[in-house]
Amino acid sequence: MNIDMWQTFKSVFIAIPTGLSITFRYLFRKPVTEQYPKVRPKFEDRYRGLHYLTRYSDGSERCVCCGLCAAACPADCIYMECAETPSGIRYARIYEINELRCIFCGMCEEACPEEAIFLGHEFEFSSGDRDDFIYTKEMLLANYDKIEKERVAKRIKPMIRQERFQFKKPAAPIGH
Amino acid sequence: MADRETMTLNMGPQHPATHGVLRIELDLEGETVIEARPIVGYLHTGIEKNMEAKTYTQALTMTDRMDYLAPLSNNLVYVQAIEKLMEVEVPIRAEYIRIIMTELTRLNSHLVWLGTHALDIGAMSMLLYCFREREKITQMYEFVSGVRMMASYFRVGGLTDDVPDGFEERVKDILDTFPAHIDEYEGLLTDNKIWRNRTIGVGVISAEDAIDAGLSGPNLRGSGVAWDLRKSKPYSIYDKFDFIVPVGKNGDCYDRYLVRLEEMRQSLRIIRQALDGLPEGPTKSSDGKISPPAKYEVLTGMEQLIHHFKLVVHGFQPPVGDIYHSIESPKGEIGCYLVSDGSKKPYRVHFRPPSFVNISAFNKLVAGRMIADVIACIGSIDIVLGEIDR
Ligand code: SF4
Ligand code: SF4
Repeated sequence: MNIDMWQTFKSVFIAIPTGLSITFRYLFRKPVTEQYPKVRPKFEDRYRGLHYLTRYSDGSERCVCCGLCAAACPADCIYMECAETPSGIRYARIYEINELRCIFCGMCEEACPEEAIFLGHEFEFSSGDRDDFIYTKEMLLANYDKIEKERVAKRIKPMIRQERFQFKKPAAPIGH
Repeated sequence: MADRETMTLNMGPQHPATHGVLRIELDLEGETVIEARPIVGYLHTGIEKNMEAKTYTQALTMTDRMDYLAPLSNNLVYVQAIEKLMEVEVPIRAEYIRIIMTELTRLNSHLVWLGTHALDIGAMSMLLYCFREREKITQMYEFVSGVRMMASYFRVGGLTDDVPDGFEERVKDILDTFPAHIDEYEGLLTDNKIWRNRTIGVGVISAEDAIDAGLSGPNLRGSGVAWDLRKSKPYSIYDKFDFIVPVGKNGDCYDRYLVRLEEMRQSLRIIRQALDGLPEGPTKSSDGKISPPAKYEVLTGMEQLIHHFKLVVHGFQPPVGDIYHSIESPKGEIGCYLVSDGSKKPYRVHFRPPSFVNISAFNKLVAGRMIADVIACIGSIDIVLGEIDR
């Protein structure tokens, strides 16, 4: 019985205060929680959020409708139809991403040979309607124009072809 | 027995302490468990079947979603299985980064285990502390790959991309702050009387039983068997690092708890050594048949562009054959069996998920004990239902 009492005494007067002292210390520390709706979280550079389609500095679209992003996509959520301008430049007449199917794996931006598609930092695009998640080309371009433009310079690292036709005569011979 | 009544109680799949959607049928006699039958399949997502319809690279994104608490371990076993089949040489820098990231994954998984296990038993603040530390690791995932959970960071032949600048400082920061946190967890739990009463002698499984049931990982080591694939069958470059495999004695919940805590410390040791030895160099295999050319070359060279197209559309084709590869995931031995018919898509992918095998020994852990111990045992064997059902 004495041992029992000693055990109880130990648990009440030693074990519990030891644990509580650890919890108690946290009262005086800075909280680590983020005040999300009030303060927008900061993401790392590589964060993969809502897609955007980029433009050349003259305002024309970079995407040439090659379909490589759709081929790389594991979720099969990119749909496009191609067309040509009178001067013979290919572009995507329709370019749609179903953001509900998308798993944000980033394989489209890895695949794109034109640096036309990227995953940006936008993440608040909830809606009550499924149709709102079919992002058309215009919406994806608007995402670039309105939100992602200043960040894109960082993403398009090589920035070789700032102008559309510059690549015909590269500054130095490359590769083979 | 005639005067006693056996009651069958259904626990789960919506029970908060079943860590997902596990359902357990319990035969009870009063409060004593006669038999426990885990019933799985509520989270079946058809991952293995789905992988057959994707190229090898695309199918990688599915592996993240099996054990979503240890996505990079799943990535690793899958890409290493393909690398073994194709005999690909992985650059040494990529191997080091893989080790750092998978060991961080081990911390990640163990932290969630500790937080939820302690919460089940009644220690609320543990969950908050563990998730606070885990946040740093998910931040690391986001830092290197862009996503906090489904990283898909490894590729056949290396990594998606080299780590960004500042990687080493951030890993160092984790290394410096983490040991103090583990001490804190120990301070809260190890000598806590309630914790000890709820875990010591609960869910005992002997070494023979554990081996017979095919247990692996901390569940096996808690019973005193020093079997860790990182040591027993070194893969990647684990033979270069100095670490010990902690083992328990009694095979109860408390020993498994101690083993996992010590494993976190050992993981930190491995990360520190890997970080000190981190070499410079490429992070993708130089084999052009597997790794796409660098983005810069794709943008400037015609040949590279064509090659890039071919790789994305047709992928790579491993030779006809099959392979089994296994690594030590935080939960135990995760194996990947891969059959290739020589096309760009796997003919069959099968995983040996540690959680699935571990849960099969559940009855041994709880039979004859009180119903309250069932909760402690579920927490202690550390299952993830995404991995069990695939
Ligand atoms: S992020 Fe992945 S799933 Fe989403 S559109 Fe791109 S490739 Fe497809
Ligand atoms: S976004 Fe890139 S990969 Fe996709 S069609 Fe346009 S140019 Fe091709």
